[in-house]
Amino acid sequence: MDVLMLSAEQNTPFNYFPIALQLVIAVGFVVVMMLVSHLLGPKRKTEDKLINFESGIPSVGNARQPMGIKYFLVAILFVLFDVEVIFFYPYAVNFKYLGKEGFLEVVLFVAFFLCGFIYIVKRGALEWED
Amino acid sequence: MSLFLEISFSAMANGLHNWLAGSISNATLVSVTEMAIAGVSLLLFLVPLCFFLGYMERKVAAFMQIRLGPNRVGPKGTLQIVADTVKLLFKEGLTPNASDKFLFNLAPIIVVVTSMLAMAPIAFAKNFQIWDINIGVLYVSAISSLAVIGILMAGWSSYNKYSLLGAMRSGAQIVSYELSVGLSLISIVILTGSLRMSDIVASQADGWWIIKGHIPVIISFVIFLIASTAEINRAPFDLAEAEQELTAGFHTEYSGMKFAMFLLAEYINLFIVSAIAATLFLGGWMPFHLGNWSFFNNVMDYIPGSLWFMGKTFLIIFIIMQFRWTFPRLRVDQLLTLEWKYLLPISMVNVIIVTMMAIFGWHL
Repeated sequence: MDVLMLSAEQNTPFNYFPIALQLVIAVGFVVVMMLVSHLLGPKRKTEDKLINFESGIPSVGNARQPMGIKYFLVAILFVLFDVEVIFFYPYAVNFKYLGKEGFLEVVLFVAFFLCGFIYIVKRGALEWED
Repeated sequence: MSLFLEISFSAMANGLHNWLAGSISNATLVSVTEMAIAGVSLLLFLVPLCFFLGYMERKVAAFMQIRLGPNRVGPKGTLQIVADTVKLLFKEGLTPNASDKFLFNLAPIIVVVTSMLAMAPIAFAKNFQIWDINIGVLYVSAISSLAVIGILMAGWSSYNKYSLLGAMRSGAQIVSYELSVGLSLISIVILTGSLRMSDIVASQADGWWIIKGHIPVIISFVIFLIASTAEINRAPFDLAEAEQELTAGFHTEYSGMKFAMFLLAEYINLFIVSAIAATLFLGGWMPFHLGNWSFFNNVMDYIPGSLWFMGKTFLIIFIIMQFRWTFPRLRVDQLLTLEWKYLLPISMVNVIIVTMMAIFGWHL
């Protein structure tokens, strides 16, 4: 179990400090670039320039339209399956300690998910042609 | 180890550390300064990298279509991208009247910052890594999936039908393909038993996983290549910005530097994906060794680790660039069918096979 203890010991907030610094530098870089471009570029704003692009014809209707439900369905299915992928990570790191019993349990877990997957396919949730 | 490694990046990093520790007495201040230097040098590395990738993309495209590509600005056209960047810097950055102005300007920042943050745990050479964290692989996949928020934000706030459609497609596509990317990364995590990048590279000292891991690892490498090409919105999966149907997809309304930021993020993501593939499957900075051929192995050892890493990364970048000119673009239903009905079941079963391989010790 020494791997587990080692990782617990090293998980101090200071370990994540480099990424905070990296975040500050990255945000700083992007903001500075956009500011420089804002200062250097011309500012001749006209009414025609600021309307939304619609291939040169006058804009028709509203762009805040309801979208196809399929996109949201995919997003919800993603949440379910991504949880499965996330559950795999702790298993993947520790599977040697969990041995064959742990492996059987993971096979069971995947089998349950495959059942759910087959159900989704049979219900036609992944059919995009109406 | 050898003369070349003495002047390598890791030696430079060590020298810098010793020099800083000599001149600054406070230990915390030394490490903070080091981190700041690492962050700034990452920036200094990224900008030329993106210039080079932009140049390379245009040259690869040109060679695949039997034309010359950029050849006017600078020797062999190498300064073309610099000229383009300067042009974009001096352009007017427009924010359309109907758009949600705050989100419109926030979106490019989120997209670039997430891609820059995901660079942190990548191991460029031995002991040369900005951030060697024990959750490296998980961190990269977590951060890179944040980019979809920026893309959805850009598409929605533009108040443009093309942008909205592009963003919705992109959202569905990125989240779907993330599953396969995650599962193919897990197969290497299982074989290595660690999420730390340096451990993963160290585990390949006696052979790269793509050679040691037999067919299951080759399958997950191929799945990783396909799924990550889709995740970074590159052709043939560039539905989010399909020019012929959606003008420019989610960044139709962007101009000037904000548009350049999306391009920058695209190239950084391309590099990250290839670097992860090189680290996990092709041994990172580990040289190529052939069994007991000690002479051959010694010659390979003389090539610095950073060159190995860059060579492998650019090989994969080259392959991904070739995809663009080799395959036609998929339709959105074909795209989701490919992921949900083929790649996802295959990679799920593949993970189980890899686990069995690791338990029974079938790999080399």
